[in-house]
Amino acid sequence: MPAPLLEVKSISKSFAGVRALKNVSFELLEGEVHALIGENGAGKSTLIKVITGAIQPDLGTIEIRGRPVPHNDPGVSRLLGIAAIYQQPSLFPHLTVAENIALALESGGAWRKVKWKERNRRARELIERVGGSIHPEQLVATLSMPEQQIVEITKAIGADAKILIMDEPTASLTDREVDRLFKIIALLRGHGAGIIYISHRLEEISTIADRVTVLRDGEVVGTLRTDEVDKASLIGMMVGREISAVFPKREVALGETAIELREVGNRGAGLRDISFGVRSGEILGVAGLVGSGRTELAETLFGLTPGDSGDILVSGVPVRITSPAQAIELGIGYVPEDRRQHGVVLELPIAANTSLANLKIVSRHGLIDHDKEGRLALRYLQQLRIKAPSVYTETGALSGGNQQKVALARWLAIDPKILILDEPTQGVDVGSKSEIHSLMMDLAERGLAIIMISSELPEILGMSDRIAVMHQGKIAGVLSRQQATQQKILSLAVN
Amino acid sequence: MTTHRRELSVALAIVLLAILLAFAAPGYFSGENLTDLFLANVPVLIVALGMTLVIVIGQIDISVGSIFAICGVGAGLLAKAGVPAPLAGLGACVVGAVLGALNGSLVAYVRIPSIVVTLASMVALRDALRWQTQGAWVQDLPSGFQWFGLSQASYPVMSLIVAVILSAGMAWGLRNLAAGRAVYATGSNEEGARLAGIRTPMVTFSVFGFLGALTGFAAALNAVRFNQIPTNAGLGLEMKVIAAVVVGGAAITGGRGTIAGTVLGVILLGAIGPALTFLGISAYWERAVQGGIILAAIVIDAVGTRANKFRRDEHGSNLAASRA
Repeated sequence: MPAPLLEVKSISKSFAGVRALKNVSFELLEGEVHALIGENGAGKSTLIKVITGAIQPDLGTIEIRGRPVPHNDPGVSRLLGIAAIYQQPSLFPHLTVAENIALALESGGAWRKVKWKERNRRARELIERVGGSIHPEQLVATLSMPEQQIVEITKAIGADAKILIMDEPTASLTDREVDRLFKIIALLRGHGAGIIYISHRLEEISTIADRVTVLRDGEVVGTLRTDEVDKASLIGMMVGREISAVFPKREVALGETAIELREVGNRGAGLRDISFGVRSGEILGVAGLVGSGRTELAETLFGLTPGDSGDILVSGVPVRITSPAQAIELGIGYVPEDRRQHGVVLELPIAANTSLANLKIVSRHGLIDHDKEGRLALRYLQQLRIKAPSVYTETGALSGGNQQKVALARWLAIDPKILILDEPTQGVDVGSKSEIHSLMMDLAERGLAIIMISSELPEILGMSDRIAVMHQGKIAGVLSRQQATQQKILSLAVN
Repeated sequence: MTTHRRELSVALAIVLLAILLAFAAPGYFSGENLTDLFLANVPVLIVALGMTLVIVIGQIDISVGSIFAICGVGAGLLAKAGVPAPLAGLGACVVGAVLGALNGSLVAYVRIPSIVVTLASMVALRDALRWQTQGAWVQDLPSGFQWFGLSQASYPVMSLIVAVILSAGMAWGLRNLAAGRAVYATGSNEEGARLAGIRTPMVTFSVFGFLGALTGFAAALNAVRFNQIPTNAGLGLEMKVIAAVVVGGAAITGGRGTIAGTVLGVILLGAIGPALTFLGISAYWERAVQGGIILAAIVIDAVGTRANKFRRDEHGSNLAASRA
């Protein structure tokens, strides 16, 4: 048997006394897609950083094709054919596609002459190899997320990478784009590349991966063939306890219509003729491809990009929402998609983040009542089970899942009637995911009207009472929970 | 913002300097010298208080020196036109606020980077003043203008009270008013603050206007100390002020900074120059030493931030990945 492409042997790594990796071994064969899963903080990122040479392990060795790598660093790992593609592409937005690709491939003096024709020709060839159709002279800033990903992959194969690490590559892709990515992956493995595939979407793993390694608390729980394992047992391995893979959906008695849209349009945001209503206690799922106008719809309702035609009624009263402050006044909360960037203010403590959307509830005569603020934050800290030493801990010091809960706490604190959640569980580990889902049910039971935007069809199907499917800035159709199937949603989404 | 390490280390530096001076040059602590030192630095302090807010929201204003000159001349002209001294001072504040608001509106609503806006206004305002006055100083001020009509002895006391009230008031406001929260939120994550319903352009606009008003006030306080008002006042003031704020721990990238830190920064940078003279070191070293202190503060900041980021990365796996 030939030596594996990559073998990681008994790696241990500690940070400030905290064990991030304990005796981790991992193996990647030629032509293999090896999935790496685990909850946030399980050690996936640390392992990846060890492989790419970004950090040095305390103990253990790395071997490439049976040859030990004595001293790994990012330069060495690149020469050895290791390339990582992260969730957020790290391209230069103001340079063209060809230049971005060239930067990864060309070496030589700073004063050499750039051969533009060759650059563009090579970029075109590489893009064609992965079946893309991006023009090499296009600026990266004008590309969509999946297109940028293709450029990243192109960079990696251009550098003749044999070991590709993909970190949550499908997190912001729609199903059709995922299919395309999988075709590219199949192509790469056909050429003998090995792929380490990190994802929270377990259903993908059985489709794309040959083997799966589960990490928990810095240790390998097990490595299994994907055809010998099911989703429920994977989840069990990840969390160390059984979690129902089913959604905690409960029947909730619906109340009055909390918000109603009548032919709402927003020319700037590309929305037309949006009409639907959401009753209190109801969860309306909003599905659609990326770019179909889902986030634009949320921003219109929240007053970030006010609509320019049609009517919005809140509790039956026509309103004009032209600013977030107004939306908050009307009891509309909005947890945006990119929580890390926009959902929380990392430098502020948890308490200040919790009260940021409506300081009135913790103020007396315009002065912030710090005790009251602390108590409010503590309530949500406990209710949402946010893991933090105190409410005065800086939010930036928390883990991703906990930051997301702080973002949610802020909007629960305004006591909203209508809550808009944009990709509420994107990039969240399985445990937090199911916690967020049960929380959504609790909120619905308390009479909130919830508008949930999601790219994950199981989540849409599992949590929604009704599903609005968007296509090119319009509602392509609204399905009831009983009617809805993945196929129906997809066919509406692509029309 | 929970720890006060920076404030403590600046305070420690001040104490060490004081101990050194107490032994090597006790003359430094004469009432006369301290009063002079204090009066010379009150304008720096007051402008620095406003600059703290501007830097906390992640912006910068290098036009304060020019605004300072215009406001000083404005106060003098008003006084000469027969306006009572306190009202002339108020007039200077209004002029400053208007000029600051002009900067602010370009930054907040036209969305031009503040360094460019205030670079332009620094040059334009300075030269407009030079052209308008032909470089002539404002002279023959009415007697009631000097010391705001107070006695020369009670003026420093009044200044001290004003400085303390302003500093304490702003420190308190930043902590206890919703507006203070909005300033920090805007500085550390503008888009995030906007999505939380904070009108961030309004925050930016107001902070620039407020700095302008404080600059006007500082100019008036400075103008009454002399019997003529130079038209080239405030040259280099912006650098002194920004340096003090940065030494006091405010992050030039926004989101962090305290009034206490700024006060200590002004004290340290203000005290060190004359201290060199007292210690028998050539005054030519003053700027070099000040520059060294600023550099030290920035390096400590950078090293500290990197350590923080690293710690943060180890928590959130996605963050680590997206940054790598």
